[in-house]
Amino acid sequence: MSPQLAAYTTSTGEAFQFWVLGTVAVIGALCTVFMKKAVHSALCLAGTMIVLAVFYLANGAYFLGIVQIVVYTGAIMMLFLFVVMLVGVTAADSLKETIKGQRWLALLCGVGFGVLLLAGIANASLKDFDGLGKANANGNVEGLAALIFTKYVFAFEITGALLITAAVGAMVLTHRERTERARTQRELSEQRVREGKHVPPLPAPGVYARHNAVDIAGLLPDGTASELTVSKTLRDRGQIRDVSDEAISDLKALEQRAAERLERGEDERPALKRSEEASK
Amino acid sequence: MENLIALLIAAPLLGAAVLLCGGRRLDAVGHWIGTVLAAASFVLGVVLFTGMLGKAADHRTLTQHLFSWIPVGGFQADVTFRLDQLSMTFVLLITGVGSLIHLYSVGYMEHDERRRRFFGYLNLFLAAMLLLVLADNYLLLYVGWEGVGLASYLLIGFWQHKPSAATAAKKAFLVNRVGDMGLSIAIMLMFTTFGTFAFGPVFADVDRTGQGKLTAIGLMLLLAACGKSAQVPLQSWLGDAMEGPTPVSALIHAATMVTAGVYLIVRSGAIFNAAPDAQLAVTVVGAVTLLFGAIVGCAKDDIKKALAGSTMSQIGYMVLAAGLGPIGYVFAIMHLVTHGFFKAGLFLGAGSVMHGMNDEVDMRRYGGLRKYMPVTFVTFGLGYLAIIGFPGLSGFFSKDKIIEAAFAKGGTEGWILGGAALLGAAITAYYMTRVMLMTFFGEERWRNAPTPSPAEPSVEPAAETRGEHAEPHPHESPGVMTIPMIVLAFGSVFAGGLFSVGDRFLRWLEPVTGHSEGHSPVSALTVTASTLVLLVVGAGIAYAQYGRRPVPAVAPRGSLLTRAARRDLLQDDFNHVVLVRGGEHLTRSLVYVDHTLVDGVVNGTAASVGGLSGRLRRLQNGYARSYAVSMFGGAAVLVALTLLMRAV
Amino acid sequence: MNPVNYLYLAALLFTIGATGVLIRRNAIVVFMCIELMLNACNLAFVTFSRMHGNLDGQIIAFFTMVVAAAEVVVGLAIIVSLFRTRHSASVDDASLMKL
Repeated sequence: MSPQLAAYTTSTGEAFQFWVLGTVAVIGALCTVFMKKAVHSALCLAGTMIVLAVFYLANGAYFLGIVQIVVYTGAIMMLFLFVVMLVGVTAADSLKETIKGQRWLALLCGVGFGVLLLAGIANASLKDFDGLGKANANGNVEGLAALIFTKYVFAFEITGALLITAAVGAMVLTHRERTERARTQRELSEQRVREGKHVPPLPAPGVYARHNAVDIAGLLPDGTASELTVSKTLRDRGQIRDVSDEAISDLKALEQRAAERLERGEDERPALKRSEEASK
Repeated sequence: MENLIALLIAAPLLGAAVLLCGGRRLDAVGHWIGTVLAAASFVLGVVLFTGMLGKAADHRTLTQHLFSWIPVGGFQADVTFRLDQLSMTFVLLITGVGSLIHLYSVGYMEHDERRRRFFGYLNLFLAAMLLLVLADNYLLLYVGWEGVGLASYLLIGFWQHKPSAATAAKKAFLVNRVGDMGLSIAIMLMFTTFGTFAFGPVFADVDRTGQGKLTAIGLMLLLAACGKSAQVPLQSWLGDAMEGPTPVSALIHAATMVTAGVYLIVRSGAIFNAAPDAQLAVTVVGAVTLLFGAIVGCAKDDIKKALAGSTMSQIGYMVLAAGLGPIGYVFAIMHLVTHGFFKAGLFLGAGSVMHGMNDEVDMRRYGGLRKYMPVTFVTFGLGYLAIIGFPGLSGFFSKDKIIEAAFAKGGTEGWILGGAALLGAAITAYYMTRVMLMTFFGEERWRNAPTPSPAEPSVEPAAETRGEHAEPHPHESPGVMTIPMIVLAFGSVFAGGLFSVGDRFLRWLEPVTGHSEGHSPVSALTVTASTLVLLVVGAGIAYAQYGRRPVPAVAPRGSLLTRAARRDLLQDDFNHVVLVRGGEHLTRSLVYVDHTLVDGVVNGTAASVGGLSGRLRRLQNGYARSYAVSMFGGAAVLVALTLLMRAV
Repeated sequence: MNPVNYLYLAALLFTIGATGVLIRRNAIVVFMCIELMLNACNLAFVTFSRMHGNLDGQIIAFFTMVVAAAEVVVGLAIIVSLFRTRHSASVDDASLMKL
């Protein structure tokens, strides 16, 4: 690859790669901006970043290409996804503009800025590419290391300090001290009596002896499900499982199995039927 | 010898300090301390005078450099005293008359619980007045000038519990401020013109200075003199100043302080000689004032105010003489000295009458007092004869010389000024005879005196508020009061003759003021004769009006002129309409301009900025994204500029 | 192909990212767009490195990545704490600066 890097035109392979992956990168960037859900935006951005990593490699920045994949795509984008998960879907995801004229102004500025930038690059008429053949002669990582630990050693150290600061800062920002005393059980029960509703603790979820999962509402004496027994979060998400039919189908299945087994002994079956009728 | 000069001032200054700071412990002896220190100053003055007489006429000037007061670069103010014949004259007059009036006040103020303070103020006045006449430069003179103004203010308002006295003091102070402003401007002009304000260098440089600047300085000095000496147009305070105790009126507002303006003009003679326009203004002011004061004096029923009008008129004579230049300087001072004697005597006589009449000042409630107050009658009568210019008495010599000098001015001016002076002499005879007749002759109108009628405008509010409705028992004043009157009467009789025989006073003052004989178009004899004729005419008219006929106890309405003269020829109305109202209109229009124009510009700027901000505020909608757009737009503009710069 | 095309691509990605910052309201997406802009810069740096034949550009890109990592940590922490106090991740809701 190094002979091609020296030239100011690239190999046909690289050109092909650029045009294909470049298209992908632009589409990914546009999707990042215009996807409605933050998760989709994050995934598109990850894709763009991987394409960029490939371009780094193609430009002779082997170390950076790997770091791009490991740090950016691997770590940073995962952080983004974590936060997206924490925050969840919000009304802010809507693409509908709320500030008057903001979108048109932004697009105008964007187009103008882009055109100016492209014009500037075109105006510079860069033709002379030295290529990294000489610089990468001893290996890209060794070359970078030589620079980082000599010429840029102070910047490197300061960057390390910055990282530590950022980590501490993030902890400070997200850590929350409890500002008021936690209420005791006695106080909570007294409050319930005062308010006059749910004086006893909330009923537990699940159907006795059959289901004890938290997303299954307990049954009231008349057989209907009580939403009170399910946690508020699941209630809001509408993730309550209704198992009232399951009990009957389970019973049916049980009867069927019992019947299959009792086919061997005919005499016992009418007794069961009788008891069934009596219960009805 | 020189070292005694400072002591002249130090003695009364010490008295003032001791009396004013000493507190009640000195109440019993305070008046004697003040009197003794004033007399000590007089004795010192006499010692210096005899010493001066022993020298040749041209070597009589003594100077004493006390200390360097304000040495700042080219601005050198020294405390230096100068005792020459002119200052000597004033020193003797001030300390002599001052000591007598101190003595008189011991009796006059006997029943006043604040007598010690009164003597403190009197001593303060003496010190300031001596500083004024002894100063060797205009700045030190200014200190004395302000000092006598302060003492005058304090003494006019001595009975400050009377609103009229407090108001009169304030009025005197304010009007004097106008004159003081003139003096301070004159001093500043002198400093810019001559680079100094010491008498010697200034007068030496006069010849090398332009006419315009000298005229400006002269007019400013004239303004100062008008303020202090109650000359038109700053005359309005003197009549009200009679609210002060009578000894104060005698000392400050008749004999000494009001003559400070004359002193200033005579002392600055070198400047006025070189500025004929300013000199003409001085003579005009003098002539107008002498008639103005005389006319006012004719109409007043208040004995002190009548005398105040007379004072104004007599000082008008002096100013007129001083404006005549070297012809008149000596006579101005001579008249000043003789006037100091007889007018102080007249005021003391008036005070004695008031003392015996329960502080009544309305002459219409006097009458026939000669039987009850013989000493007062005689001394007052001698003062009267002196002031009207009875042949052989002081006023005859000094006033006659002034009238002659006015004619000697020459040309139309001489005739006008001389005519005014002659007319003034006639009016003087009239109003003084009127005072004399109303007070000491005629029926005894104080018996069964009616309660003061509200229709009487010139009745003193003081007399009413004191509620002295009981019938007065006229009696002669104690010896401590009559002795000064007798001494002053001697002065009134003999001073003029003493000065004039052999031109003693002329030769005495000539080395300082210079003298030149004018060429009078009328002979001295003619002037004297016509003066005497006019004197007889004026006195005769007065006798016809007040001697032959009984004096009504309530003033008749009188002619338009009489009524105007009773109101001081409308001077206060003039001041009110022109100065007060005019000032109010001026300030109102200035306020209007300030409100509309200045505030309009300021508020308009503020409002337009506010309006613009209100519109710009919409850009600050609080949305971070909007701010980001503007940042992004700015970045785009920067890129565009960079590209443009490269293209260019 | 002239490698300058990489620069054009970087400029394009940068502009798309910037526009995204301006028109999206979800703070997380806005943040992603910022990351996109940073990546575009990195691409430009790498290309410049190739152009000049030395590794300084790559070093700068490397530092950019580190700083971006730090920035993401703090930025996401801010978003999380904002979300906890305001129950919203919209940048428009944090508009207390307006009158």
